[in-house]
Amino acid sequence: MASQYLDRKSRPLVAVTGMGVVTSLGRGKEENWLGLASGSSGIRPITRFPTDGFKTTIAGTIETPETQPYSAYELASEIAEDAITEALQQARLEIGRPFAGPLYIATPPSEFEWPLLSDLYRHGSSIQSGSAYERMLAAARTGQFEAYARHLEFASIASRLQERFATIGEPISICTACASGATAIQMGVEAIRRGETQMALCAATDATVHPEGLVRFSLLSALSTKNDPPSKASKPFSRNRDGFVIAEGAGALVLESLASAQARGAQILGLVTGCGEKADDYHRTRSKPDGTAIIGAIRGAMEDAGLDTVDYVNAHGTSTPENDKMEYFSLRAVLGESLERTPVSSNKSMIGHTLIAAGAVEAVFSLLTLATGVLPPTINYDEPDPELPLDVVAHKARPARVNSILSNSFGFGGQNACLVFSSLKEAMS
Amino acid sequence: MKNSREVWITGIGILSCAGEGIVAHAPSNQKNFTQTDTTRFSPYCVHPLCTVDFAKQIVKTSEQKQMGLWQRTGVYAAGLALADAGLTDQPALLERTNLVVAAGNGERDCSFDSKVLGAGTCGAAAPAQLNEALLTGLRPTLYLGELSNLLAGNISIVHHATGSSRTFKGEEISGVSAIENAHRRISSGQSDLFLVGGALNAEREDLLLGYELGRTLWAHPYKSVWSRKADGGGFIPGSVGAFLVLEAREHAQARGRKPYARVCDVATDRCRRQPGEATRTLQNLFDKLGVPEGALAVMSGASGAEPATSEELEFLQGLEDRNYRVAIRAHGAWLGHSVEAHFPAGVCLAALALASGQFFEPSDEKSVEAPFEAGEVPHVLVTGVGHWRGEGLALLARV
Repeated sequence: MASQYLDRKSRPLVAVTGMGVVTSLGRGKEENWLGLASGSSGIRPITRFPTDGFKTTIAGTIETPETQPYSAYELASEIAEDAITEALQQARLEIGRPFAGPLYIATPPSEFEWPLLSDLYRHGSSIQSGSAYERMLAAARTGQFEAYARHLEFASIASRLQERFATIGEPISICTACASGATAIQMGVEAIRRGETQMALCAATDATVHPEGLVRFSLLSALSTKNDPPSKASKPFSRNRDGFVIAEGAGALVLESLASAQARGAQILGLVTGCGEKADDYHRTRSKPDGTAIIGAIRGAMEDAGLDTVDYVNAHGTSTPENDKMEYFSLRAVLGESLERTPVSSNKSMIGHTLIAAGAVEAVFSLLTLATGVLPPTINYDEPDPELPLDVVAHKARPARVNSILSNSFGFGGQNACLVFSSLKEAMS
Repeated sequence: MKNSREVWITGIGILSCAGEGIVAHAPSNQKNFTQTDTTRFSPYCVHPLCTVDFAKQIVKTSEQKQMGLWQRTGVYAAGLALADAGLTDQPALLERTNLVVAAGNGERDCSFDSKVLGAGTCGAAAPAQLNEALLTGLRPTLYLGELSNLLAGNISIVHHATGSSRTFKGEEISGVSAIENAHRRISSGQSDLFLVGGALNAEREDLLLGYELGRTLWAHPYKSVWSRKADGGGFIPGSVGAFLVLEAREHAQARGRKPYARVCDVATDRCRRQPGEATRTLQNLFDKLGVPEGALAVMSGASGAEPATSEELEFLQGLEDRNYRVAIRAHGAWLGHSVEAHFPAGVCLAALALASGQFFEPSDEKSVEAPFEAGEVPHVLVTGVGHWRGEGLALLARV
């Protein structure tokens, strides 16, 4: 391969040639970017189910007429399909024709939801006595509930997407908690760098705003309880931040070797030049006090990209006291004094935390930042946390010359994955 | 990047109904393999986990309490594998040990679910009551017991393996993909050292319910996987934790470690399971592996579910027409079907056979399994065909 298509480690350069996104701000890049650049919030009161008794009653939900009644499987699949369709169209790849590469898809848990359990229980009660699960098993044995199996199969979203978009080979379903979206992209980058494929479809989706989902995070004290007004609840890097806002979304990227992209005349939206990851061994929901794992992931991504500094940081910035503190501390450790001159924002101030999807959704926003030269703001930055002296892009979008972006993703279970995106000019220099 | 470096198996950690560790799972201990429990979840049969003193690998009781049984099983097996590979208490090595874990969800609190359902609070008519029940009844740690990536998370916390951590989902094929991904990252020179595997706790009603919804369980008295077709097929779940340390040959040699076996290659695909399609897919994957002709030992991951099991058998028996003499074994008949952990378990057993030179004895009543009569086992083909989706093969060789 000609040297202009290789990075300094002689690996194929990896370009992004298509992107798609769905969040509570809207469907597609245009709606989302309009909302983000104008500092709009997608957070609203939950109407999907009654929130009686819950401390948190707001979320960044996606409501669609097509997926009623709600189920995580249906909605997560549908928005993933939307995001992927948009990405393929932008990459000028025809939908329905085989996609010339594998699918890496980060998916939410496949699990029982209460309406499903309730349905099984009611049915089973009429055919068997005994415990609740014995009754539900009896209902399942009738074969009348086979359509429910897709909610419980971990491969079902990946299968549906693989069949719809005709990707090559076994699609890989990924869970690295809130780093999943970044991991899906990393998997695609690595496959192209290893020369296994010229293209990869990388996506992530999450649509798990349901009562049990909300309660679990509440019990972990992870959610903001400042419900009124909803748009003010997510306030990353602020002194009065009190938790994240749970949200739904999907993001998709078409990755392609730069050589392949240029050979077919595809538009280059940016390059993925660095991937870093590091697992934490400290605690299930908290990072090591010395930050070594997060620092390792950031440093790994910067080294992989061959950079000491970046022009902008798309922060994980969840708005939890713990995350934002550790993220600042770790950025400071890796970027040093240059951090003072590096603008930082958290998309989560407007779209909430899209959990499994966050890494991919924020990758799309990072690449749009690269393309437009507009840094989206961090809204609600009314009371800067003096302990976290960052150049937060506050309230309003800011124009800037951006050739490199670091995007962070950190998850429960000690998962940390970071990506670096570069402009074509930067990557070729 | 050229795929050129050899991938060695330098550590095995396994526990199942047959016991724990490599001796309990070696061909010489085969007579003790198949343990079943036919009463606890009747009409379903399960292969229960052996008695385990989890404190041997997870010293702190507080740590154990944070985990569901599937996580404890996996963390224990991972600890056995790390110890077997000489990695325990080696911070410099653990710090760059990469995890690739195949996992489903964890466990629901079935007694809580039953209480809510029994009280009639879960219907659409009474959402406020459901909210109240969830707020007061759900354990704060339950979600962490359920989240797929928390098996890997707990392995990092307990054993301090922290190079990187990726969890793959997707039933059986996630276990194949995990080993395939580690193989590719080692052979391409990306990384040297991996801990790969999965775990299943089969002894729980929520798991049985999930699979029974798809009508994939065997709800009759025990039979070997090859003998279930007449009654519609189905799998018998087994509680298993199975982990492998995979390592670049140079890396293993530099630290003086001997391999159980070499992973020559791994191949995966997914077809839509039209009639005959799984058979053809397996044939195509087999052709990619370049398997030497002659006597071929096969460690099949056949689950007993139909039509996947029959399609796999057709592929395997078809190899007889291509100058292979196949000796098929199905470890699902011994340890149970362990879904995400099933393929890693098959690779563990295959590696133990290669290390001992001896293959396992035939054990089915249908005479599908012929004796292996070629002396020392040079290669083992390991199959991983999902009960619903996903097809995978690996070729292992004696070193």
